[in-house]
Amino acid sequence: MNEQTGTPGTNRMTYREACRQAIRHALIDDSRTFLMGEDVGLYGGCYAVSKGLLQEFGPGRIRDTPLAEAAFVGAGIGAAMAGMRPIVEIMTCNFSLLALDQIMNNAATIPHMSGGQFAVPLVIRMATGGGRQLAAQHSHSLEGWFAHIPGLKVLVPGTIEDARFMLKAALADPNPVLIFEHIVLYNEEGELDPEVEEVDIAKARVRRPGSDVSILTYGNSLPKSLEAAEELAKEGMEAEVVDLRVLRPLDNATIFDSVSRTRRCVIVDEGWKSGSISAEIAARLAEDVFFELDAPIRRVCSREVPVPYAAHMEEAALPQVGQIVEAARGLVGAR
Amino acid sequence: MMPSLGADMESGKLVKWLVEPGSTVKKGDVIAVVETHKGAFEIDIFQEGTIAELCAKEGEELPVGALLARIGAPGEKPAKAEPAPPTVEEKPAPPPPAVEPPAPPAEKPEPTGSKAVPAKAPAGRAGRAKISPVARRRAGELGIDPAALEGTGIDGSVTLVDVELAASRSRPAERPGPTSSEKRRAGFDPDQMRQAIAAAMSKSKREIPHYYLSTTIDMTRALGWLEAYNRERPPEKRLLPAVLLLRATALALKAHPQFNGFWEDGSFHPGEGIHVGWAIALRGGGLIAPAIRDVDMLSPGGLMEALRDLVGRARAGGIKGSEMMDPTVTITSLGDRGAESVLGVIYPPQVAILGFGKVVERPWVVDGKIVARPLVAASLAADHRASDGHAGGLFLSAIDRHLQEPETL
Amino acid sequence: MSDKPHLGREHGQHLYRQMLRIRHFEAKCAELYQAQKIRGFLHLYDGEEAVAVGIMETLEDRDSVVATYRDHGHALARGLPMGPLMAEMYGKVEGCARGRGGSMHFFDRERRFFGGNAIVGGGLPLALGIAMADKEFETGGLAACFFGEGAAGEGEFHESMNLAQLWELPVLFVCENNLYAMGMPLELAEAETEISRKAAAYRMAGEAVDGMNPVAVESAARRAVEAIRAGNGPYFLECRTYRFRPHSMFDAQLYRTRDEIEVWKERDPIPRTLAWLQENAMITPDELAAIEAEVEAEIEDAVAFAENGTWEDVADLEKFVLMDEVQA
Repeated sequence: MNEQTGTPGTNRMTYREACRQAIRHALIDDSRTFLMGEDVGLYGGCYAVSKGLLQEFGPGRIRDTPLAEAAFVGAGIGAAMAGMRPIVEIMTCNFSLLALDQIMNNAATIPHMSGGQFAVPLVIRMATGGGRQLAAQHSHSLEGWFAHIPGLKVLVPGTIEDARFMLKAALADPNPVLIFEHIVLYNEEGELDPEVEEVDIAKARVRRPGSDVSILTYGNSLPKSLEAAEELAKEGMEAEVVDLRVLRPLDNATIFDSVSRTRRCVIVDEGWKSGSISAEIAARLAEDVFFELDAPIRRVCSREVPVPYAAHMEEAALPQVGQIVEAARGLVGAR
Repeated sequence: MMPSLGADMESGKLVKWLVEPGSTVKKGDVIAVVETHKGAFEIDIFQEGTIAELCAKEGEELPVGALLARIGAPGEKPAKAEPAPPTVEEKPAPPPPAVEPPAPPAEKPEPTGSKAVPAKAPAGRAGRAKISPVARRRAGELGIDPAALEGTGIDGSVTLVDVELAASRSRPAERPGPTSSEKRRAGFDPDQMRQAIAAAMSKSKREIPHYYLSTTIDMTRALGWLEAYNRERPPEKRLLPAVLLLRATALALKAHPQFNGFWEDGSFHPGEGIHVGWAIALRGGGLIAPAIRDVDMLSPGGLMEALRDLVGRARAGGIKGSEMMDPTVTITSLGDRGAESVLGVIYPPQVAILGFGKVVERPWVVDGKIVARPLVAASLAADHRASDGHAGGLFLSAIDRHLQEPETL
Repeated sequence: MSDKPHLGREHGQHLYRQMLRIRHFEAKCAELYQAQKIRGFLHLYDGEEAVAVGIMETLEDRDSVVATYRDHGHALARGLPMGPLMAEMYGKVEGCARGRGGSMHFFDRERRFFGGNAIVGGGLPLALGIAMADKEFETGGLAACFFGEGAAGEGEFHESMNLAQLWELPVLFVCENNLYAMGMPLELAEAETEISRKAAAYRMAGEAVDGMNPVAVESAARRAVEAIRAGNGPYFLECRTYRFRPHSMFDAQLYRTRDEIEVWKERDPIPRTLAWLQENAMITPDELAAIEAEVEAEIEDAVAFAENGTWEDVADLEKFVLMDEVQA
């Protein structure tokens, strides 16, 4: 099951390897597909995701680009419009800002603006997030920002299964799909379920059922939330952890169902709190689940500062397990 | 040490040693090759000296910071060749602490969240009470004024459970029990609890015609089986005698359902399952009897876990309201602290309460001879409106029989 | 080696010392990084020292410097004290950016060091603005902007070149062409690999220079600075150089060969400069020993300064998100 790297005959792999296999299989399955981005070929990928792929597929399918985000993202858009199926890799979401005009004004806009004549079946993959002391310009979490834009789909795989199979669904989707891979998750290792061969890119998933509070989260905040849930269980509080998986469009049904049952909600989001995706979710809950709520909604987000380099400062700036536990605990009454 | 070569490098595989014990090295020499997810790297050294010992083996995967080799002063002889295990730290693991099966109920430190005093008629902005949306809605459905309630939610807000408890209090067939810990997650108020118990017990004695029966049960077989079972298991998997008492009672109840249920509205309503309220004494003087659900369907191992979980949470203040409402019958076992027999007071609207006293060694007659046997006094206090002494006697006999066949529990 | 006149003994030794400081500092950083004292990303300057040192020789206090994430050499050559640089990489509050930036983001207001920047090409527009202010306030100063040849792919490069020339801004564009943008070789990234010719496309004065020769770099820089200060607008210097170490610490260098590195190492500016000084009797063994001892001591002091530093109070996390005032 695990070609080229990993232990043969098992389904055990890292998140990084899952991403790699996803790209490999995409290239094998569809000759229109190719990977384009900085250092994806010769270098093997900044995070080693595409290691070995140039050797396997050649420079026509694995295209190294100069440092020119606006140009190659725009080129990806054009190629998609004209019948190819590009996977564009922006090294990290921090550099996506250089291509923001192309993403927003072209990819997200042309299908609608052309009266439905031109679809943009493009996939853009980006590394995201902080926690490795890479300082302010390299630690952004912008997936929530992109989720503001109509015309885009935004995926945030938080598990190895999603890392492995979301790409396929994204490529099958006729719309521009952005996939955000958290840098801290790349080293995570786990077992793939051999029965699973595909996943949807529409629904949130309950990763841990519970009855006392819903923790809604995604990406690298998912393992933190699961850890928090274990802590809370020791105190007799059963938290339900919901992996959002898709930030645009948000899966209202799963979110509303969970919070309607538990009546309490903590949203954990690595973006800065103000104007974040957690703010959007909180607003929707207030709009549609108001009469089921038994406590105010709580959010655990990054502090509103550029992410600092020093370890203790970075830790203070990003969401942590203790904060999630505290937020949930505080929702159940007087102490 | 395995060096950190990158922000996301967590471990590396030592592929090849390029030196050996006794090799002289100087600053900048390459001493090994390490493989990571990004590729192979040469590791160079920043010290001068002689390799004393290679601690890591070729092919070994090690975390960043793990010891790779020891360097001695230049010219020093290498350590005698012994396969040095790669160590990250060298302290021997402390011997596992001897664990005994927790005596029921295990003592736990008092929850640090002291007594919670719910605010009366909490006021929000401009004097308005804080009431959660669902509480307000429910109050509307039940015809209760939420603003008049004590809120136990955040900021003293009135929550759903506050409304529901208020509603159930005003219902005729009241189920008081001790104060529900859902209201006070962090701890309990001993005075309030004592008052609640007093109210419940008074009401019970006032309204329920109790009758009492008791019998003595030979626990030899049960305890013998228990000892054999426990001998083969690690401490955390061992059973307490309480598990056998619970199971025997639950199985007996299946055959004698008139002791499992509620007296309400002038008639007996059998319980929908066998949910045994287990009396737990709390430090500080409180007592609660939350339910272990479906005791007849649990295996002894599962029952032990449920028991441990319940007692732990009871001590920590984490019992849910539903657990307080659920018991269809109650068992109180004083264990080895208490008296030899217990005559209980029924918790209305239940119709029975079993009591088990201390297991004591006493003379017993077997085959006409007097022998010393571990005995326990089992007593039943039952509601005479729902059952009579004859049925009670049969019920106690059933419990005895089950305890004589512990392997069937 | 040098075809330029008047390289005195003192100056020759000075160039050597400046390069040696950088080289040894970088080696110490590599060691400390592997021991996890320095974290995050670390981009070392080995091989390129002649560029930073040669250029900085021609700059004055009133000039400004904009650099990239590979900014150790520029910071040291510009005169930022070594202790706060090391402390910065340790994450200590005594660092030149209070420990908030780390290796890629050295800043020093006093020395007009406007930062290392982690976004390739991100510093060029900043340099334009600084130069605009210089022109407006008639300081006579200029903005020296360092970037790699990889930046020539970015739109910001072209926009900045055009605008600087159009508005005749006093900018010294210094392109450190080390042939690789991370793992991307120049010939695969640029249709026009003669970087200095790009200046001509914008009608900007410029030249290419041997970046492994500090004297050549300095001479070219003097020409450039003279032209800029004369009000002729920006100047473009392509310094042809090579980095001996990987792009950053965690780079397996799958994109270039060991042989290529060895070939370039034969042009290592530091031993070559030393050899030239020795051949021309411009340095004695004692002087050399003294230089090396002083450099070692300076580095040891810097490490001690960093080790003894303190951590910023977490309560200050939000300080300077917004400023209360503009410093004078």
